[in-house]
Amino acid sequence: MNPSVDALRATFDTAIGRAADVRGDTIVFIDAARSFEILKWLKETPGQEYNYLVDVTAVEYRDAERPIEVVYFLRSLHRRADLRVKVELPQDRPLRVDSVVPLWHGANWLEREVYDMFGISFAGHPDLRRILMWETYAEGHPLRKDFPLRGRFSRAEQVRQALAANPEAHYSLEELSIAETFNELPEGMKERLRRGDRGKVPYSE
Amino acid sequence: MSKRTVEVALATPGLDAQGQPTRVPVGVAGEPPPPPPPPPSAEPAEPELGGEHMLVNLGPQHPATHGVLRLVVELDGETVVRVIPHVGYLHSGFEKLGEYRHYNQIIPLTDRTDYLSPMANNVGFALAAERLMGIEITPRCKVLRVIACEMSRIISHMVWLGTTSIDLGAFTPFLWAFQERERIYDLQEMWTGARLTTSVTRVGGMLADIPDGFTEGLRHFTKTYPKTLSEIDRVLTRNAVWAGRTQNVGVMTAEEAIDYSLSGPMLRASGVPYDVRKDHPYLDYETYEFEVPVGEHGDVYDRYLARLEECHQSNRILEQALQRLPDGPVNVDDPRVILPPKSRAMGDMEAMIYHFKQVMEGVKAPVGEAYVGIENPKGELGNYLVSDGTAKPVRWRIRPPSFINLAALAKMAEGHLLSDLIAINASVDIVMGEVDR
Repeated sequence: MNPSVDALRATFDTAIGRAADVRGDTIVFIDAARSFEILKWLKETPGQEYNYLVDVTAVEYRDAERPIEVVYFLRSLHRRADLRVKVELPQDRPLRVDSVVPLWHGANWLEREVYDMFGISFAGHPDLRRILMWETYAEGHPLRKDFPLRGRFSRAEQVRQALAANPEAHYSLEELSIAETFNELPEGMKERLRRGDRGKVPYSE
Repeated sequence: MSKRTVEVALATPGLDAQGQPTRVPVGVAGEPPPPPPPPPSAEPAEPELGGEHMLVNLGPQHPATHGVLRLVVELDGETVVRVIPHVGYLHSGFEKLGEYRHYNQIIPLTDRTDYLSPMANNVGFALAAERLMGIEITPRCKVLRVIACEMSRIISHMVWLGTTSIDLGAFTPFLWAFQERERIYDLQEMWTGARLTTSVTRVGGMLADIPDGFTEGLRHFTKTYPKTLSEIDRVLTRNAVWAGRTQNVGVMTAEEAIDYSLSGPMLRASGVPYDVRKDHPYLDYETYEFEVPVGEHGDVYDRYLARLEECHQSNRILEQALQRLPDGPVNVDDPRVILPPKSRAMGDMEAMIYHFKQVMEGVKAPVGEAYVGIENPKGELGNYLVSDGTAKPVRWRIRPPSFINLAALAKMAEGHLLSDLIAINASVDIVMGEVDR
């Protein structure tokens, strides 16, 4: 067992859940509400120094009762130590956890991918947009277990939406403001962009 | 000439009342002569351009973006102010597909993620599945996998070198590099029957043992390959144009590289000596003699030097692997995971049952999870598998090295010229199959 687990328990007490060694790696569960604080402690405390974020991802189990897990793979480059930290998010509540972008810039795209694929929102993320799917994608979050392999919409509907898509919608609000073409957009679309309604197809309203 | 005049000319029916072809001189169709140019005023005729930023869309179909990458670039003159990358054009949903497949059926998907080093991806996935199932592979299999990984590193770096040198205007190294890659591809084809979709590993072993003549072919390659490398080195390393376009371009300091979770040659060029083969050894890499090149400036030039030296070191590892390649079985002796030989499956009841169970039900993995990171040519390729005890994983996550490296592009390109953006993007060594998965 990685000694960091005992140090975490001594510091954060009840915010640290169960821990286990699984096939050579130590996994520790932490409280979702205090995840940022705990990860910051793991990164900055001398003796821990998990300065390298290997990966951020999420796991949803086939059992719908089990909470979704957000998994952080931490590594201390000079101590050559690895720690896998998990946060559990119950499915009956909004899926929300603090972003770790302020700690590691590398988390930016990784958290965007988790948001895109699982619908978990990261509080404090500077730019939480879809990344692999396009912004107006309306079928949901593909890696969720209730998402069918072929997508939610029929092939006909998918083609219809692709053909009806507004090419301007491929630029983000930020980009449009650079080009000053924002003012030339249709009124309805400007309104949606201002409200921050990304991910809705125009005619679904 | 006014616009209206042209319309008149084009709208002419062709024949006049006398049946003669009409000839309406453009600009003379009853129009008044064009007004004289306005007298030069005191104000400069050119509009004030300073402070206006331009938005340039690069890609997704552009040869210099190395695949379907789209970069929205904000430019101040020719200086890059901001880069907003858009990825996902090649998204294939491999991770989702993996949840519906047996472990061995996932291996063909791994070919298609980083399609410039398919064999190394196969190895990475097989290692993760084996750790999940607690399988210890045979000594011969370990050495064969090392050969597969290092061959992949060489072809991937050769493609990187060739395409990057083309991006920066050097055509000749491209031809040399692709010729070497072709020789490795011939060997890959000899072994697996495919150049790109190799699927060379199986859980617990390999697709096949190496064929006759393979070791001789590879030995010949390892002897002749360094000559090409030294030629490339002579053409590029001290070339003023090459150095001028790559030095001090896209610099990442060691702290920044760690902060952005860079891996592989990108991380090492910034001066962080981290190589999975040395620090978390797999496949007995600790028993091979090789050096890990580490840069000091973290610019495009150092990344080039790091990759070039890695090719030399891979060649060294290949030589050692050929020397030590032990005899013995390639696959583990476990009928739960390895198919019995066809001759036995057709004649022996027990073997037929194992064959049937493996093909119909798949290999069941115990409950749990496993992460294995390997040093792929692009960086640390991680395979994270979560199992609930069935034959299909609950979650298969690829830690995509070039996706994570690409995320730092916006940081690296800020303040450089547009043409440097091409060099920086090339230095990341992305492959969109893996970025988008």
